[in-house]
Amino acid sequence: MLRLIWLIPLIPLVGVAVNGLFGRKFSRVASGTIAASTILVSFLLSVGAVLQLAKLPEEARRFAVTLGSWMPLGVVEPAGRAFEVGWEFALDPLSAVLLLVVTGVGFLIHLYSVGYMEHEADYARFFVYLNLFMSMMCTLVLADNLLVLFVGWEGVGLCSYLLIGFFYDRPFDERSGMSCADAGRKAFIVNRIGDFAFLLGMLWLAVEFGTLNFHELSSALAHAGPGAEAFLTGVGLLLFIGACGKSAQIPLYVWLPDAMAGPTPVSALIHAATMVTAGVYMVCRMSALYSAAPEALAVVAAIGALTAFMAATMGVLATDIKKVLAYSTVSQLGFMFAAAGVGAYTAAMFHLVTHAFFKALLFLGAGSVIHALHGTQDIREMGGLRAKLPVTHATFVIAWLAIAGIFPFAGFFSKDEILADAWHAGHPVIWGLLVVSALLTAFYMTRLVYLVFWGAHRGDPHRLEQAHESPRTMTVPLGILAVLSIVGGFIGIPAALSFGSDLNFLRHWLAPALTMAGAGHGAESAAAAHIGAGEYLLIAAALGVAAFGILLAMTIYRRPGTADRLSRAAGPVYTLVRNLYWVDELYELIVLRPFYAISRAFAALDRWVIDGLVNAAGITTELTGQVIKLFQTGLVRNYALMFLMGVVAVLWYLATV
Amino acid sequence: MEPGPQHYLILSAILFALGVAGVLLRRGAITILMSIELMLNAANLVFITFARQFDHIEGQIYVFFIITLAAAEAAVGLAIVIALFRLRESTDVDALRLLKW
Amino acid sequence: METAAFVVLALMALVSAVVVVTHRHAIVAALALAFNLISIAGLFFVLNAQFIGFLQVIVYAGAIMVLILFVLMLLNVQAEASLRTVGVFQRLFAPLAVLALALLVAGGGFVAAEGDRFPPVDSDFGSVERLGVELFTRFWYPFEAISLLLVVAMIGAVLLAKRRL
Repeated sequence: MLRLIWLIPLIPLVGVAVNGLFGRKFSRVASGTIAASTILVSFLLSVGAVLQLAKLPEEARRFAVTLGSWMPLGVVEPAGRAFEVGWEFALDPLSAVLLLVVTGVGFLIHLYSVGYMEHEADYARFFVYLNLFMSMMCTLVLADNLLVLFVGWEGVGLCSYLLIGFFYDRPFDERSGMSCADAGRKAFIVNRIGDFAFLLGMLWLAVEFGTLNFHELSSALAHAGPGAEAFLTGVGLLLFIGACGKSAQIPLYVWLPDAMAGPTPVSALIHAATMVTAGVYMVCRMSALYSAAPEALAVVAAIGALTAFMAATMGVLATDIKKVLAYSTVSQLGFMFAAAGVGAYTAAMFHLVTHAFFKALLFLGAGSVIHALHGTQDIREMGGLRAKLPVTHATFVIAWLAIAGIFPFAGFFSKDEILADAWHAGHPVIWGLLVVSALLTAFYMTRLVYLVFWGAHRGDPHRLEQAHESPRTMTVPLGILAVLSIVGGFIGIPAALSFGSDLNFLRHWLAPALTMAGAGHGAESAAAAHIGAGEYLLIAAALGVAAFGILLAMTIYRRPGTADRLSRAAGPVYTLVRNLYWVDELYELIVLRPFYAISRAFAALDRWVIDGLVNAAGITTELTGQVIKLFQTGLVRNYALMFLMGVVAVLWYLATV
Repeated sequence: MEPGPQHYLILSAILFALGVAGVLLRRGAITILMSIELMLNAANLVFITFARQFDHIEGQIYVFFIITLAAAEAAVGLAIVIALFRLRESTDVDALRLLKW
Repeated sequence: METAAFVVLALMALVSAVVVVTHRHAIVAALALAFNLISIAGLFFVLNAQFIGFLQVIVYAGAIMVLILFVLMLLNVQAEASLRTVGVFQRLFAPLAVLALALLVAGGGFVAAEGDRFPPVDSDFGSVERLGVELFTRFWYPFEAISLLLVVAMIGAVLLAKRRL
């Protein structure tokens, strides 16, 4: 089955074709079944391939397949070698992890969507886009060179745009007057900015090394001399800017909260579990490069930590259930980038996996709530839904505990590993920021659970009466994800809790695919060696912070009015955060307005100068015609005169020659 | 002073010019035809002059043919004028503006 | 003697030509044209082209002018409108073009003339015999062709002037 890994991105395209061409004629059950089954096939194929991969010896765990040559270019300078890009796919431990997550969680969400989207028009179109997304994401994961990865990168960006703007004629945000289509456009354009930097980095790399294949790049990077550091830092930063766009980090995160305009399964799949993690995956993929460019890595860590903190603060005051989760996603992605930035690539991937489980679960649960309340998304109008939505409530609670980082749920292990690795790599500031962010995470998630499920219902009592639990197609995926959120952490048990044996399965699995920083083997091996009181202190700190956050939120939100009094007391700080630091407004001012002005100038140029020239040609011809037409009087005598003038001219010529 | 070829040539040039002026400035179809006859005669004079000058009888032969031709042309031309007169009830050439834009 | 003949005939030709071109009544113009043709015939005689001179009087002044007069009277052509009704363009450029033409033609003629005197010629130059011999020997083909042309012209004139084909 390893030899068939190239089929994995192609099978969902069958669903695209069938649903795209004939979807409208099928019943909803048929459309959904076709779409979900293609993903199931991809998932089973992935499982088979990974199992086969695991049987290979550790040093040889890499299987590459090339489908043909794409761009056979000539010799490039200054690399001095022939540059050729092919349709190369490969399965190695790193891509195996993400592939299983993508296809597995993707399948569950397809199943969920069958029930969730039941009452929507354009049912088939939804699944066409969703399958296309899966195809592109698998291309991204299985790519063996940067250019094929970029194909998937752009493809998922496109699908994100299509799916965010799925309800193209619906308004989205009354405050800013945005429609869903506008939100889709915002996502695409902000992504594009990142993609531009990504492309520049890619081209620079190609020109210097003459290859974009990951394997060849790793060996080239191993032989790169010390003089290459500036170039590698530049490339690293450029690629990271692309990752900021795709994975919503500062300064390109502004599209993710507005991406909540799309249907909830889309938010779960694309903007929580898979697409936004592509940036993290890319950084880990290029670990060889980043390990050789420590300044770039420092920038990655700094931005990751800052984003984690800033987004967490915004999540504390958000009032739309999906937006809370969106800010939470941005914050958790910041955790992942901070981990990668301190050299802890395994921790980053670990958190990516667990986050996929519990964040998808949170979003699907939110979708269940929205579905039950017939479209309400404002948490100020919720409350007391525990009795009405038991399954949703139970799974949501599990996800809450996982994200807060409570032992023994999945989030505890991954978050603890990130914090520990940050500390051991010698970055106390980063560690501090991440700890505060973890506290805020626990706080706002508890706030969310409290305001949605517990306490008294604050909204329309009619709505509460009609609320009912979701159908089986929606609750089964919730259940599966809940189980994964409970046991998912056990693949990466830290040494301190392993009671002597080394149970960190994930670290061993990923080690051959990642390149650690040069001297001292960075954070990973350093942490492995530490089993002492310090370890337990760090674990206790992580748990303590989480517990404190939960308790704080419970205290504040138990009694109505406490929160409001605190907000008023915070005064300007509250206003600042509630308005999201006015970042969108800032961008509008310094980027969009000048851009619109330039566009208008060019439009005027196009209309008056360029079109004007063309029109002038036409008008000139017309005027010339008007003049010439005066000669055609219809009078024979005039024509005779012109005849005569011609004769005179000829005679003159003959006389003077 | 004996009249030499220049004198005859100047005379023909003037007659020819008068004929052209007549074609351009007159409005009646038949008067235009008459002006054309004037031009032909001027040409005839030139031919005869040069026949005399170079002692070539061919010049006179050409005039013979030109006169014959002029007769044929006058006949057909007048027939056309008659046909046009039936169309427009006048011989005014300004009445025939069919080629106007 | 020749000079006097030339001057008188030339003046007659010129004056009658002016009348043809300028007079408002077409009949007067036609008569003036006849006069002009006869003057030209006289000039032919002066230039030793006797046969052609006769031909001019008989065919041109005789047949063609009569034909023109016939048609003028048949169509009852009235007096023409004055020259002032001609368009500006015409009135401006026509005289200029005509003048230029005259000058160029005269100039060309001067160049071709090669000298300002007539050389002497035989006495039978321009006689009927001389022309007859040439017409029926060297120029027999144009002669036959032009008779064909006359037939065609006759047929054409008849057809064109018919009221109903």
